[in-house]
Amino acid sequence: MPTTVTDRIEKKILLHAPRSRVWRAITDSKEFGTWFQSVFTDPFRPGGRIKGRITYPGYEHLTMEIVIERMEPERLFSLRWHPYAVDPNADYSKEPTTLVEFTLEEVKDGTLLKVVESGFEGIPIARRAEALKSNEGGWTQQMTNIEDYLRRNP
Amino acid sequence: MRLKLVARLSRGGPQSIVRLTKGTPLTRQAITKHLHVLAGAGLVRGTRRGRESRWELEPQRLDVAYRYLDLISKRWDVALRRLRTLVEE
Repeated sequence: MPTTVTDRIEKKILLHAPRSRVWRAITDSKEFGTWFQSVFTDPFRPGGRIKGRITYPGYEHLTMEIVIERMEPERLFSLRWHPYAVDPNADYSKEPTTLVEFTLEEVKDGTLLKVVESGFEGIPIARRAEALKSNEGGWTQQMTNIEDYLRRNP
Repeated sequence: MRLKLVARLSRGGPQSIVRLTKGTPLTRQAITKHLHVLAGAGLVRGTRRGRESRWELEPQRLDVAYRYLDLISKRWDVALRRLRTLVEE
């Protein structure tokens, strides 16, 4: 599938902190967990397959698994995971993952952090509809549409 | 070939079989067959206009794709705000 606008998300954020501080916050599994709202017991290392328990309110019954790809000190950190894997009974292991890349760049006022998550077009459309459905609030108007959609595309 | 058809529809918008067949080694019949398979998967739909059919991407599929991305995107915004608090404190 060609890269389309629905395949990736790009975020840029200027952090008023040194690059070494940002690097630690994204690559130390305990620190990562504090802002990502998950608890990881093992440290991140390239090639590592690490399990985490989600602490995000309402999703505490879920675990997640991430695979660390690259760790180039203070420059690039990348990992793969199953985005929005919210069905505790589903086996996501055979499904495609998305790639998350954190890039750090030193700028005048601190660190420019770029986050790119890509590969969403590989995620089955029914999974994506399911994520919308499980996201409480705000979607009531669209809910019937999604349910109809899932009925037609089981 | 089916992925190519989806890509062409995504780039070129709704179009006729004739236009979709142009530049491919396949016959109109073969293209039509592929389109029907894609329609069965809920990816595209055909509507009749006079004597010819026009094919387009199923809008609801795209709608789901866009809104899903928006949801994930908002999640990142919240997480990154929390990251900012952590490193700037």
